[in-house]
Amino acid sequence: MPEGTAQTNSGRVIGDVIMKVENVSLSFGGVRALDDVSFDVREHEILAIIGPNGAGKSSMLNCINGFYHPQEGTITYKGKRRDTAKTYEAAEEGIARTFQNIALFKGMSTLDNIMTGRGLKMKRNFLWQALYYGPALREELEHRAKAEEVIDFLEIEAIRKTPVGRLPYGLQKRVELGRALAAEPDLLLLDEPMAGMNHEEKEDMVRYILDVNDEYGTTIVLIEHDMSVVMDISDRVVVLDYGKKLAAGTPDEVKGNQDVIDAYLGVSHD
Amino acid sequence: MEFLESIFVAPFVEMWNYPEFLAELILVGLSTGVLYSLVALGFVLIFKASGMFNFAQGAMVLFAALTLVGLMEHGVPLWAALLLSMAVMVGLAFAVERLMLRYLVNQEGLILFMATIGLNFILEGTGQLFWGSDVKRLEIGIPDKPFDLGPILLNTFDVTAAFIGAALVIALAVFFQKTPMGRALRAVADDHQAALSVGIPLKTIWVAVWTIAGIVALVAGIVWGAKSGVQFSLSLIALKALPVLILGGFTSVPGAIVGGLIIGVGEKVAEGFWGPAFGGAIENWFAYMLALAFLVFRPQGLFGEKIIERV
Repeated sequence: MPEGTAQTNSGRVIGDVIMKVENVSLSFGGVRALDDVSFDVREHEILAIIGPNGAGKSSMLNCINGFYHPQEGTITYKGKRRDTAKTYEAAEEGIARTFQNIALFKGMSTLDNIMTGRGLKMKRNFLWQALYYGPALREELEHRAKAEEVIDFLEIEAIRKTPVGRLPYGLQKRVELGRALAAEPDLLLLDEPMAGMNHEEKEDMVRYILDVNDEYGTTIVLIEHDMSVVMDISDRVVVLDYGKKLAAGTPDEVKGNQDVIDAYLGVSHD
Repeated sequence: MEFLESIFVAPFVEMWNYPEFLAELILVGLSTGVLYSLVALGFVLIFKASGMFNFAQGAMVLFAALTLVGLMEHGVPLWAALLLSMAVMVGLAFAVERLMLRYLVNQEGLILFMATIGLNFILEGTGQLFWGSDVKRLEIGIPDKPFDLGPILLNTFDVTAAFIGAALVIALAVFFQKTPMGRALRAVADDHQAALSVGIPLKTIWVAVWTIAGIVALVAGIVWGAKSGVQFSLSLIALKALPVLILGGFTSVPGAIVGGLIIGVGEKVAEGFWGPAFGGAIENWFAYMLALAFLVFRPQGLFGEKIIERV
């Protein structure tokens, strides 16, 4: 197989590098949240970032989507530098994300939440978007159809009109994924998509993530603590510890890495 | 005993005996209420989208009305003056975003509030600097004639004003609930960070919100100005909006509307039936008493979000 492409077990073809993180460092006052971290993300793959609490995983995602701007190093996405770009520009370039502590619009219905994800896909300019008439209305209905697809895909038809603040935690996580998917992203960042879920909900979530990756070819970068899930679904794993990159590679390589075992995975003492 | 009777018995007996009078008061109250709603709406819009209590809303009403009257005094026809005033309010929205909000992102509510007090003085000052501080007559061609609706005496001006207000309120409700931009505004009001992550540009949203608040202020200024002349006291009708907000809740558009109507009807009916017991003129403080009662028993208002804080 030529350099740069690899076949995964599910038969997806991993493409070229879509995002490159090079020597990124980020400090808050004296705290070094990220220290000289480099890795790359390839098109269509599922990359997991793992590490103990406070290792800088969320900070890494926040740098990628523009909430934080790293003091040193560069992030190149689709050939353009984006370590200084704004958050909404990240969204415009096809990066969507979910949050560790769900950030949904709590007072709005599931459908409205998902429709906000379609905002950038609307072609009419901002003044048209203030109207409920003619071409603007037609466009709204087209996007509504798209949103319904996402709702079908995530099997949340029954809660379409429910204000999301009233939904149980697991469903909120699913709606948040739906909002990200509605934007038809090229790169999907998931910050602990399975945290706080029971076994069944986790299984569902894993299925959705794999389906998204499979059906739409969406590149996914995810943070997760459940090691069995991470090792199962990711093509590659990056391990962070105290802001430094400890290791990177396929799940098997990482599992066998002595540094990773010492710092994070732990050993069974016999 | 006699006093108690005049509060708890006599008014209801009168209502029963003179239902036309009651109906008239309710209708007059509704038409004033719509105007209160208009002013309160300006507050709610900005509070929802940026968590900012805009102290300058009243000054914006004055400023908008002064601009319109000033232009008309210089011989600009009404339609052109309307368009120009609207343009001025849009310009004001851009200026507020560019010169004020941009530097105050993520600041505490109190700091934003102080900034709007500053804005309040700037608007009052510049408005009067350009257009003078005399009381001006605003003639917009709405006839001001009494007419009979069955046994009820009404005024064409009040009714027209009520329809203008109602139309604006319906337009805003559709805008907020149905259009993509309205949805984006609600999203920003709900969670800034999440709104940014789905690609909603905050700055554009702020300009949009202040533009809408500016245009609402213009309409309120025109109607109030035509009713009682364009003068400095217009900026004080903002005070009348406070009880409306307390009743309706700071974050609710329907609340502002219903709150305005309740206050409008409440003060007219109170004046008509309970006024004599207190020696009249209770219209002026009734709204505040009602607001006080709400603060004690239902601080989130009729429709506001219940605030539950963890301790």
